Amino acid sequence: MQFLQLVISGIAQGCIYGLIALGFVLIYKATETVSFVQGELMMLGAFGGLACMTMLNFPFWLSVICAISAMAVFGVLLERLIIRPILGQPAFSIVMLTIGIGYVARGLITMIPGIGTDTHTLPVPYKDEIWKVGTLVLNVEQMVVIAATAVLCGLLFAMFKYSKMGVAMQASSQNQLAAYYMGIPVKRINGLVWGLASAVAAIAGLLLAPITFVHANMGFIGLKAFPAAVVGGFGSLPGAIVGGLIIGIVESLAGFYAPDGIKDIAAYVVVLIMLMVKPNGLFGEKLRKKV
Amino acid sequence: MRFVFKTDYAQDIRLAKHGGHVFWYSLLMVFLLAAPWLIAEYWLAQLTFILIYAIAGLGLMLLAGFTGQFSIGHAAFLGVGAYTQAVFTNMGLPFPFALALAGMLSAAVGVVVGLPALRVKGIYLGIATIAFAFIVEEVFARWESVTGGNSGIHIKAPNLFGWELSSGEEFYFLCLVITVTVTLGILNLLRSSTGRAFVAIRDSEISAQSMGIHLARYKTLSFAISAALAGIAGALYAHKLQFISPDQFNIIQSIDLLLMVVIGGLGSVHGAFLGAIFLIAMPQLIAMTKDYLPAVIGQAPGLQSLVYGAVLIAFVLGEPLGLYGRWFKIRTYLQTFPFYRKGMFKRQKTFQKSDRLK
Repeated sequence: MQFLQLVISGIAQGCIYGLIALGFVLIYKATETVSFVQGELMMLGAFGGLACMTMLNFPFWLSVICAISAMAVFGVLLERLIIRPILGQPAFSIVMLTIGIGYVARGLITMIPGIGTDTHTLPVPYKDEIWKVGTLVLNVEQMVVIAATAVLCGLLFAMFKYSKMGVAMQASSQNQLAAYYMGIPVKRINGLVWGLASAVAAIAGLLLAPITFVHANMGFIGLKAFPAAVVGGFGSLPGAIVGGLIIGIVESLAGFYAPDGIKDIAAYVVVLIMLMVKPNGLFGEKLRKKV
Repeated sequence: MRFVFKTDYAQDIRLAKHGGHVFWYSLLMVFLLAAPWLIAEYWLAQLTFILIYAIAGLGLMLLAGFTGQFSIGHAAFLGVGAYTQAVFTNMGLPFPFALALAGMLSAAVGVVVGLPALRVKGIYLGIATIAFAFIVEEVFARWESVTGGNSGIHIKAPNLFGWELSSGEEFYFLCLVITVTVTLGILNLLRSSTGRAFVAIRDSEISAQSMGIHLARYKTLSFAISAALAGIAGALYAHKLQFISPDQFNIIQSIDLLLMVVIGGLGSVHGAFLGAIFLIAMPQLIAMTKDYLPAVIGQAPGLQSLVYGAVLIAFVLGEPLGLYGRWFKIRTYLQTFPFYRKGMFKRQKTFQKSDRLK
């Protein structure tokens, strides 16, 4: 029973990693850029939700919708104003650029007097509730995380499969030039992908906030989402979620069965082993350049 | 305007290209030698830190700027060097031996990290180095019998065969000697065939390979040298602070090192020094301007990271070759005075450069 309990809490944590990793993968697939800012976007989303709930006194659902849409707009603006001018430069410039954006976001949040440096709890209606199923004690917060991730994955899958926009995104991520010749507005698609990734990050932030707290450094969890993305294969959307789940479960089990300290590095050990054994990840495509 | 006419190969690879170089670098050297008598003790300590960071920066520059392999976990090598130095110095080993051990152990660790670099590229390598840095940091925190765990470890003053370098000035000279040696070593390396091989790998692995460059060997070598330099810098860093703990070698430190070489200017030896000056001077500048800003902004804890981030964004967007690139443009403008053209340093866009197919 205890094992099952650990696995469930691992899955919940893994869903968060997976959602952040989903943001990486979306952006990477569409624009060939690796975004180090995903964790900070998640942090901003959580703070947005907090501001809506406590300062504006919006009801829960309205705050969630507000926070997510605000982050989506923010993502589109970020792409338009900062990322797009540098598109086409070496990938590393863009990595440094996103690191810089992360620094700025963290700095700005910490600079808000009275709010930025404290830790806050997000007042969600399902706070501290438990379900008992047999001998299993289920934390409602974790169940919400798992359910929301499942729903979101379904929505994203449907979008990529059936909507015109989703198909266009897929095309542009496979070959930008060809997509452009086919009349797909590649630049606008890139902007929308950033918006989508920011919205997903905001959802991750809102889901994570009740489990931990809302504070300026919560974005560092993004560094654990990288291993998730790599384990799944950096260019694969289902891979991101599966990778997140693997990392989450391994971490949860390591925290209980392994000696102290292993839990914090379990994710990195897994990713190193993965890189040695199968550098392209579980679902990654293997491509070679022809000379 | 100055024209340097090159008549033979020896002249082309000479370190000082013309009289101006000799003059200005001699002047800099004289200033550095006289610094302890010219500037206050506090600023001398800052200058020592600049030298230490410049050594680490040279290492990372060799790896990132000249070989094109990005390590986002360089603080781990810094840490390995620092802890090796601390442990062996406290055991009573003289400074040069401890320093050599710190460099060699870091290099060995660098080779281990370099091994995945043979299989993975680009962002995967970055993640491998991050992962490795996290593991090393955890080892520092958990291996309490050697490293003292999270409570840290104190380190004695460097001992040069009975001569204890306990004052700030003596230690400054020690750092200066090591920095100059390392810089000359790197310059020499870069004009040798090994250095050319590194640059060839950076520019195109495939063409480097077709020219007969053994990729695995040179990549591993680059990692080893880079890690050794970071280790030496770490050893000096440990002596300077006299106290080290695992959280000094975390991801923030790694990103700071990376920020240093990017802002300094990737692919230039000057860049490592300019970046080190930036990294050390920036907090001082912020502290100085704090008092003139309104309290809401000036006293906020996030100001420093905001400024760092903004500067980084500004450099990547506006001046991708960093401080050195800016200086290079100014110098070219002055040297070719009436003939500077606007498009001389125009950035090229490469839209179809996909990392996935490299």
